[in-house]
Amino acid sequence: MSILAGTFLPTLVRRERASLTAAMLAPIAALGIAIILNFSLYMLMGRDPAAVLYAMLLEPFLSWSAFSEVLLKAGPLLLIAQGLAIGFRAKVFNIGAEGQFILGAIFASSIPIWFPLATGQWIWPLMLILGAIGGALWASITAFWRVRLNANEILVSLMLSLVAAQFLNYLLLGPWKDPAGFNFPQSVMFQYDAMIPTLISGTRVNVSLFITLALSLMAWVFMQRSFMGYKLKVGGLAPRAAGYAGFSEGCAIWLSLLIGGFAAGLAGAAEVAGPIGQLQRSISTGYGYAAIIVAYLGGLHPIGIIFSALFMAVLYIGGDNAMVSANLPIAAVRVFQGSLLLAYLIAVAFVRYRLEWHRPPHRSQP
Amino acid sequence: MNAIEFIISGMLAAATPFLLAALGELVVERAGVLNLGVEGLMALGAVLAFIVVYHGGGHTLGFIVAGLGGAALSLVFAVVALGFRANQVATGLAIGILGQGLSALFGKTYESLTIKGLPKLAFPGLSEIPVIGKLFVQDIVVWISLVATLAIWAILARTRVGLVVRAIGENPKAAHAIGYPVIAIRVAAIAFGGMMAGFAGAYAAAVYTPLWADGMIAGRGWIAIALVVFGTWLTGRVFLGACLFGAVSLMSLAAQATGLDVPSQLLSSLPYLVTIIVLGIISADRRLLKLNGVASLGEPFER
Repeated sequence: MSILAGTFLPTLVRRERASLTAAMLAPIAALGIAIILNFSLYMLMGRDPAAVLYAMLLEPFLSWSAFSEVLLKAGPLLLIAQGLAIGFRAKVFNIGAEGQFILGAIFASSIPIWFPLATGQWIWPLMLILGAIGGALWASITAFWRVRLNANEILVSLMLSLVAAQFLNYLLLGPWKDPAGFNFPQSVMFQYDAMIPTLISGTRVNVSLFITLALSLMAWVFMQRSFMGYKLKVGGLAPRAAGYAGFSEGCAIWLSLLIGGFAAGLAGAAEVAGPIGQLQRSISTGYGYAAIIVAYLGGLHPIGIIFSALFMAVLYIGGDNAMVSANLPIAAVRVFQGSLLLAYLIAVAFVRYRLEWHRPPHRSQP
Repeated sequence: MNAIEFIISGMLAAATPFLLAALGELVVERAGVLNLGVEGLMALGAVLAFIVVYHGGGHTLGFIVAGLGGAALSLVFAVVALGFRANQVATGLAIGILGQGLSALFGKTYESLTIKGLPKLAFPGLSEIPVIGKLFVQDIVVWISLVATLAIWAILARTRVGLVVRAIGENPKAAHAIGYPVIAIRVAAIAFGGMMAGFAGAYAAAVYTPLWADGMIAGRGWIAIALVVFGTWLTGRVFLGACLFGAVSLMSLAAQATGLDVPSQLLSSLPYLVTIIVLGIISADRRLLKLNGVASLGEPFER
């Protein structure tokens, strides 16, 4: 330290109260940092940054058909992230939404796969309900392990996601494989009544977008206005205080995981009954993991999450464009996601702290 | 070769990626930091080692580059989690996603290519014992890993450095008060953990399989984190846990080879299922976790 003595060192000093301006600016600053970092990387890889910028961040807005695909992608991200954020605020880290999504898709698919000839307007709503139940059931294993066996929910929920992916493979290569599907690991195509009605003709956006927005509103009411949501937040901020006030930790864990699983399962069901129309291996392109980033980037706030889900969807659609037009591997999207979350975590430090530059105190040798 | 010999001969090699990563994470957690990015650090190490070996750099250089890469990415974790006092869970997840993304990005053109692994070295004398002798025919990395396990045990349990690391994990404020640089030691522990995870990935991609494919770490980084809990933060138990997982992953291979009438997907998910079950069994004994657990794990340090 002696070399640095006399120089000015930056120190983080805790603010008396969190800065609202900084809280609003943090995601925007993070986005700026992430864009600069990633575009430098693309230049190092020898890609034309202007072409990537155009394909990745502008093209998704330039036509109605492209933007409708953004809305379609944003749906599952928004839904899963709203569910996860409620848990994260209670300090319950469910990172197994991927598995809950897969189970939701499987539960929902059971109807069109077992009853391929059924008709009626009740089929797709029932599939959505079944999907939500499937996701919540899968999450309840984690809740049980956490509450009863004291096992870390991060590890258990993640392991269950890996198991769920294998279970999906098993179904698609075994009992649920389409017999007329040329041995592809996929189910039969679902009948017409098993599909969620589309909202705007010519696009793939469907009614589930309304359901997602309605549930986002409910998440807002729950977290900002209800006593239960208040209890969850207190439990996350000050578990001891919550304990003394009689808020049970076990109850918070069950509630967080069931809500998270319900939302992820519903998203899985809406994906197979919506744009995909059958059960496939690639029903989720990492939605469950991306939604973790969406939840944090939205500041774990129901309104913020709407914006971050939209942005993440732009990144997915734009990444697909860049893969075609700028010859950028799709893995670049994952790199962008990871660096975006890191940049956000740095930016958000300035909500609670301010940077001070001062001379380090001269310490006497012990 | 029957199934038992198959498992005995392969167990240590299968255990090595788990062991190296878990030893690194053990040191990090002992210093009071929870780094959940191990899966991404391993993925980065895997692709770096594979690229170096594929281009003729040799295994030694491959491991060095992978270790440096893992350490560098874990230092990003250190800056965000310690420097900016961010939530360690979120930071670790971000590092995990970033590492996997970088590995897929770098490895794009190396998908499904293969390289040569390392020769097996027999331990003179011991390797001639029937059946168990197979345990003493291993590649050089396995031998080094065993030495590293012993060294880490000795350093953590028996030396002053180990004592300081443990004190910082247990009570950073007190350690700071008596003059130890808490942040600097935590950063060093994180860099060490990143290096070990890089080595673990390098072993998986450049020795054990040896090929590179996107997603080839397949949850081993997460199992390594679980191993630290299984081992109740004790080196010897972490080693035993890694051996158990080496054996479990071989069991699923052996069962597939014998054409057992069990879906292969069930066998592939065996390591994950065993993780879930063992995690439940160990965690249910709260007294055991408390006994050796790290008191300040995951909490940011502020003066």
